[in-house]
This record gives sequence, C-alpha cells and structure tokens, in this order.
Amino acid sequence: MEKQLTCVACPRGCSITVTLDGDSIVSIEGNACPRGKKYAENEITDPRRMVASTVKVNGGKLPVVPVKTSSDIPKNMIFDVMREINRVSVDAPVEIGQVIIPDVLGTGADIIATNND
Amino acid sequence: MNERMTYDLVVVGGGPAGMAAALKARECGVENIALIERASELGGILEQCIHTGFGLTYFGQELSGPEYADRFIKLVDKTDIRVFTDTMVTDVSPEKVVTCVNKKDGLMKLQAKAVILAMGCRERPRGALNIVGTRPAGVMTAGTAQKYVNLDGYMPGKKVVILGSGDIGLIMARRMTLEGAEVKMVCELMPFSGGLTRNIVQCLNDFDIPLKLSTTVVKVYGDQRVTGVDIARVDEKLQPIPETIEHVECDTLMLSVGLIPENELTVGAGIPLDRVTRGAVVDELRQTEMPGVFACGNVLQVHDLVDFVTMESQIAGEGAARYIRGELSDPEYIRPETGFGVRYIVPQKINIKDKKDVKLYFRVGAIYNNPRVVLECDGQVLSSKKKIKVAPGEMEDVLIPASVFDSLTPESRITVRVEV
Repeated sequence: MEKQLTCVACPRGCSITVTLDGDSIVSIEGNACPRGKKYAENEITDPRRMVASTVKVNGGKLPVVPVKTSSDIPKNMIFDVMREINRVSVDAPVEIGQVIIPDVLGTGADIIATNND
Repeated sequence: MNERMTYDLVVVGGGPAGMAAALKARECGVENIALIERASELGGILEQCIHTGFGLTYFGQELSGPEYADRFIKLVDKTDIRVFTDTMVTDVSPEKVVTCVNKKDGLMKLQAKAVILAMGCRERPRGALNIVGTRPAGVMTAGTAQKYVNLDGYMPGKKVVILGSGDIGLIMARRMTLEGAEVKMVCELMPFSGGLTRNIVQCLNDFDIPLKLSTTVVKVYGDQRVTGVDIARVDEKLQPIPETIEHVECDTLMLSVGLIPENELTVGAGIPLDRVTRGAVVDELRQTEMPGVFACGNVLQVHDLVDFVTMESQIAGEGAARYIRGELSDPEYIRPETGFGVRYIVPQKINIKDKKDVKLYFRVGAIYNNPRVVLECDGQVLSSKKKIKVAPGEMEDVLIPASVFDSLTPESRITVRVEV
C-alpha cells in the first residue's frame, strides 16, 4: 500500500510517498532532506506535533504570554496538553525560555515561554 | 518641540525587515542609524505570530514569531542604533527628510543620507470584497483575531467560518480550534489555496476542518452579531452559482483574503510601484527608483517566510551602506522579463555593471505539477531546474550567476518562465 504525505517539518512541504507492507515501511520517497524521512516514519508509526498557545500572566504588561512545547508531542495528546496549558497562570516577570510546565503530561516536552512579559 | 536631526541612515519600521536591514547596514560600517517603530516594542507582526515554524531556513531551528523577533531585538540592543518606538513616520520626502512624531519628542524631521522603507503589509479588509448583507459585529480579518487571542487574551468567537485560505487564515483555524471554538470551514474563492501546503496539513487536515475550494461567502446575516453566512460555489469566471447557495450558522466570519504592502509613504515620496507586487520597483540591491531610498520585506513584496524577509533586508542594508559610501554611481540596468506562468519578478531591474550573483524571486499564476523553471538570456537557456510543484502560494527563486554578467549588454533580455 502507498500512502501520500505532505511533510510539515519545514515550509518547503515535500510530497512524500510511503510504501507499506502491512505495518512495516518498505520505502520513503520524495523527501528533500533527512528530516522528511523522520517525519514520514513518525507520521506512520507515531505522529507528532509542536503545540503553541498562550498562558495567563498575573501582573504583566500583557494579559497573556505565548508558550510552546520544547519538542514535539504525540498528535493525539494535543488537546490534553492544551487543557494543561489553560489550567495554569504565571506571575510576571516572565522571561523568554522560562519553563512554565516541566515535562507536560509525561511527554518529555516542557511548556516554555516564547516571549518576555 | 520641532527639532531637526541628521542620520546617515533612517530605517522606517522595526519589524523583522527593518531590524535586519539596520543591523546589516551597521555591520557594513554605517555609523549613525535611526530605526523608527510605531508600536511600543520592536518585532512587528511577529509578536502575535506565536505558532512555530519561523527560522528553519535562517537559524535551522523551529522558533515561534516572538522568539525569532527576540533574536534580532537583542542584537539591536547591543548596537548604537538609535531606536525610536511609539513613533509614527508621517512623511518621507524626495530630499530624504523623514518626518515623524511621538508623544515625548513631538514632531521630528530627520535628515538622512539614505532611507530604508520596511513598513510591512496589512490585510485586505471586508470593504475590499463587497459582500452583501448586514454589518454586525463578528466580521474581522484573521490577523485582527490573532491579535485578540494571542496578545489581548480573549476569544473573539465560538463558531467560525473563515473566508480565504491565506496562511494567517489557516493558522487561525488551528488556533481557534485549540482554544475550543468550532471552525466550520475555510472557503477559498480560487480552485487552489493561497497558503503553504504544510499549513493545510497541520492546521486543517489535523483537525478535520474542511477546505472548500472554488467557494465564497455571498451574504452576511445578523443584527448585533453575526448569526450566519451564505456560501456558494463559483464558476470558472469566479462568479457565484445561485443554485449552490447554502446557509451556514456562525457567530464569526474571519477574512484571510490577501495582504497589501503598506506603501503610503512610498507613494507620498513619489516612488513608482510595481503594478503586480504593489511594492516599489527596485534593483538587485533593493534600491527604489529614487536613489538612496531602499525597500525590503513585506512592503516590497509579500513573503511566505520571515526567513526570506530577513535575507532580503540584509541585501537592502548592505545596499544602503554602499550608497552612503558613494559606490553606486552610474548603473546600467536590464529588466528581467516574466515568461509563461510567471506573474512578477523581484528585483525588477539589475545593474549589469555590478557583476555579482543575483537571485530573482518570483511567483507563478497557477499550480503546475512537475514543471521546469527556465532562465533564459537572449533565447539561450542559462538554467532549467526541475520542480515537483510550483504554486501561487509559494515564492520561487532562480539564480543568475555572476559569470553571466560579463557577456551582458543593456540590450540583453533575461526571461524567467515555467515549462510544463
């Protein structure tokens, strides 16, 4: 079986063809770089995504500060991670790179601030 | 206060373009630089673009918009570049006097040797579309919604229809979904999306949000607040087909229907614009038709990626430095021509006496699968590069190597075309 994917690893958006024999990958074609191969492998076995959102700030210049996952997380956990992000607030001052939630839901990814406030 | 100050270089706009241009000019030895920003912080639109995917080309890292901006803000902070925030430029004169105003200093007239225009772009609003119906609250551009959610911290709606599949619309479809809104659909007038393919995958497909191509919004309903819209399929002439009209209940209509370079200052200075890009006509150093005035970033041409904005702005910064040093006299220009499939080319003209590598950036008018991008000089093929796909939503480039310029005359014709 062949599966068509569009790589989201970078904005180039390569069209990748993955050939499968049952659950095992026979070949991956169309990717311009090794990241595309890894994306295609993950997409078949364990699709992952970055999540970006905002967290409420107490006493900051702005009411919210942007955050992101420090690495990608399983795609099927996006909404669980969003719930965790929406549950917390943080006191100003917030510094870019500051860990807001360490190892969110055991994914190994931290929720980190991506701006100062 | 009405003061007059002199600078070697005044950069208008403190977003990614203005910061990169000012930093590059400083690195090239320009000493007396003013960087003017109308918002209270540097960073421009990146401050509200909290999603990741910035910097993959330039830094090799997946950054959010504020993180990408922060890298340049920190670099600017380390220099002696004079930054004016909360300061609005109201006029750029042909004599390179930049008039600007802020609460603290009042009206200022800055005399510059060179000026870099980096004002960015803005979104096409509802008024540009002529959608019939009422005028309720709940109709807004995707970028406005993005500011509400990401900077102001509140949700502008619960049931959303998005018209236009530009990247900001796609990004906001995901953002609203993550925050619990129901995004019913993204309608796109054209038979293809104007956004990046990766955004269709990770913003729509991931969340099962339908993308309805060749479909538009024909009517808005609601008294105080939007209560719904009528959508219709369109024919080949992009005219709505009455039999296909369908009502969709929603409380919010977001528009992502194109970006327009913000060129009021450019036009005010008497600088000619390109009819297609709606940005200034520039040479390979991004110098406009007015010597010593440069333009870069989204005010010059709307980019897909900030990484390319940064690189283009560094070209302008270096160009301005060379202009100030008096190195840009007596150019001999040729104008690259658009062949089949190509809508525009930036830069619009090239100084053949400069004899350096020149990258031409262009967009195509339709989707072509497995095409070749062909660069020709006087009927001779200089390069022919195979592509998997080219699309209007993704900017392409082709390189003219420095060696070519040795054999060029002002009568030479350079053409970029798509071969299918």
